[in-house]
Amino acid sequence: MSTNDKPANERPRKKPDEVETTGHIWDASLQEYNNPLPRWWLWGFYATVVFAVVYWILFPAWPIGDGFTKGLNTITFEQDGEEVTTHWNTRSLLARDMQTGTHAVRQREMLETVGAMEYDEILADVDAMSFVNAYAKGSYGTWCAACHQTGGAGVMAQYPNLRDDNWHWGGTVEQIEETLVLGRLGYMPGYRETLNSEQLEQVAAYVLSLNGYEMDEESVSAGGDIFTGELGGCFQCHGMDAAGIASQGAPNLTNDLWGLVDVPGAADDAERVARVSSFVHEGVQRVMPAFADRLSPTEIKVLTAYVHSLGGGQ
Amino acid sequence: MSQSLFEARVPIHPRSVSGRFRNLKTGILLLAYGVFFLLPWLRWERETGPSQAVLFDIPNRHFYLFDLVVYPQDIFWLAGLLMIAALLLFFVTGIAGRVFCGYFCFQTLWTDVFMFLERRIQGERPARIRLSKQPWNAEKILKLGSTHASWLLVAFATGLGFVLYWGDAPALVRAFFTGEAANAAYITAGLLTLTTYTFAGLAREQVCTYMCPYARFQSVMFDQDTLIVSYDEARGEGSAGRAKPTRDLKTREQRQQAGVGDCIDCGYCVQVCPTGIDIRDGLQIECIHCALCVDACDAIMDKQGWPRGLIRYTSESALEGGKTRFLKLKTVGYGTAIVVVAGLLVLSVLGRAELDASVSQVRQPLFVQMSDGSTQNSYEIALNNKTQRSLDLDIDVVGLEGATLDLGRVEEIVLEPSQRTTVLARVRYHPAHDDPTRLPLQFEITDRDGIMDPLRVGSQLSLRP
Repeated sequence: MSTNDKPANERPRKKPDEVETTGHIWDASLQEYNNPLPRWWLWGFYATVVFAVVYWILFPAWPIGDGFTKGLNTITFEQDGEEVTTHWNTRSLLARDMQTGTHAVRQREMLETVGAMEYDEILADVDAMSFVNAYAKGSYGTWCAACHQTGGAGVMAQYPNLRDDNWHWGGTVEQIEETLVLGRLGYMPGYRETLNSEQLEQVAAYVLSLNGYEMDEESVSAGGDIFTGELGGCFQCHGMDAAGIASQGAPNLTNDLWGLVDVPGAADDAERVARVSSFVHEGVQRVMPAFADRLSPTEIKVLTAYVHSLGGGQ
Repeated sequence: MSQSLFEARVPIHPRSVSGRFRNLKTGILLLAYGVFFLLPWLRWERETGPSQAVLFDIPNRHFYLFDLVVYPQDIFWLAGLLMIAALLLFFVTGIAGRVFCGYFCFQTLWTDVFMFLERRIQGERPARIRLSKQPWNAEKILKLGSTHASWLLVAFATGLGFVLYWGDAPALVRAFFTGEAANAAYITAGLLTLTTYTFAGLAREQVCTYMCPYARFQSVMFDQDTLIVSYDEARGEGSAGRAKPTRDLKTREQRQQAGVGDCIDCGYCVQVCPTGIDIRDGLQIECIHCALCVDACDAIMDKQGWPRGLIRYTSESALEGGKTRFLKLKTVGYGTAIVVVAGLLVLSVLGRAELDASVSQVRQPLFVQMSDGSTQNSYEIALNNKTQRSLDLDIDVVGLEGATLDLGRVEEIVLEPSQRTTVLARVRYHPAHDDPTRLPLQFEITDRDGIMDPLRVGSQLSLRP
């Protein structure tokens, strides 16, 4: 080998304590070092500038007046059955992804599969129910949760609890589906003109006794006469045994489950009687809207199976 | 005052060298390339799944490593692996300096290959310098052109090789060249081709000096006992500095009499340096500890008939006449941490369940009163079959007297290999007056075929708010 070759690296070799300075000196000794960056770093900076310009051309970028530059990039997706092409934006990107993305397509396939199954098959199929649970959480959140609450527990005295087995209109899949499709009108007349306050309290005592509360026997017996007799006529909807009649939307009054009168929240028997009698005095009217024209049959099927699985399906 | 804030890059034309460390580096390079390029082609027998030994199936979230199938839920293994890698870096760097940079880093390996190609096409260092200074003519265009073409070829092979880990290798190669592979394959291969070509061909030592964060933070782990590639200044410079072997300074005796050190200032150590530094200036941030200057200097010393080691692996302590201590709190600590993390990782991999089961109690509402007087809680039981056979499962509730499980009308829970599902379960229980707010219970998942051990997952039953 030759010993005469000069080192290729002709950078002037500096001793560690010899650092080039900018020549600026403050306060007699304060100096500014100059450690120059490699030149390609500067090109890297220019490259980012070029990138930015290309970006401005392709994507929405500059605000102009009350609008902005839209960029050349477009997105095409379906909206209300029509093909729409807009400038690139993340909202449309999401819309398109939810229509044609791989997961959206897989979800749709699964939805079609479940939609083609009978209820008996769906309820017995662990994977179908797993899908129902995952999918229906979304549509339940959109359509049902406003009243029945996110978990389906409802609101005392206002919206029914879907998690227990206390059904006003029946808890079989067919009945649940009918409730969803047609909606329900729940009505109990007020007895303010029919019964006086003593009679109201007697009916209340009777109903409470059916649920296992210790009540004054005389009141119970008088209340029973009103309930099962012509005066009250309660039996016409709730049945002679007060076990409810689903076709009337009349709930079972013997299972100690209270959706409309907050009996569990009452402190003592007097308050329980007061709450029930005041309810009978006022009556109630409730509406469950119909969803036939808002949801597809498949979506109703999935929601039905979901509600059925919440805890009390029959 | 005209002072540039930017400096032009000084081209480096490293000379080739042979010796112990060069051989070691070549060995590591061949091994690493062999593994990287051939591993995707290794076939592997599995009951279900692809027949490729190592395959990272992103769309299906299955990561095949020989007989191990890793699922996204096992992501903490990756955390363990990264912890081991980081600790290993700290451990090795504390003891032996930038071993990773010099021998194992992709940048070093690929730059090495690119330099090899460059030398085969353009010739040794003087020829390359001459070529770079010569005006553009047919020879220069041909030689530089074919160099860059060969680089691009290796870069593309690298990109394609990497892509093969993410799909069935033979099918993917066929699809790649018939234009039927996924966009991601082309984009990944293209990006890697571009970055490999740029970093190993054009940028080289600039990556180590200006871009790499590891290069910078490894210096923090150095101490006076860390092995560094260093020039023995006391021996090399003597009292009167280094000198070329002129007629009066040929033998060691003559030189020692004149106060001149053993360094004959041949510059070989500088010429072989891939980062273009002079190791005789001391430890520098650019030095990647590739030890090629050791090989170079040893060759010269052999030729002079003087002892080797004017440039050698040593430590600051040793250079100052002390001893290099390896057994220190720092090294022992890192070593212990590596053993612990590696042990935990191995235990976790070996002891992983065949079935992943997790129970989450429905919390809104926590409990509900039923018409028969019982209290009902709802649960979502997520199951994931990690075995390679289908599982026929049975779920039961245990650990709470009087609790009954309701799975609705679901009677059969069959999970195909690597299938996941969620079972909706409800538990009913007649509470006694003195029951606490919450009661513990367990879900027992049994294999109807009796192969898998019953798995118990704990949860709770809420009776009151």
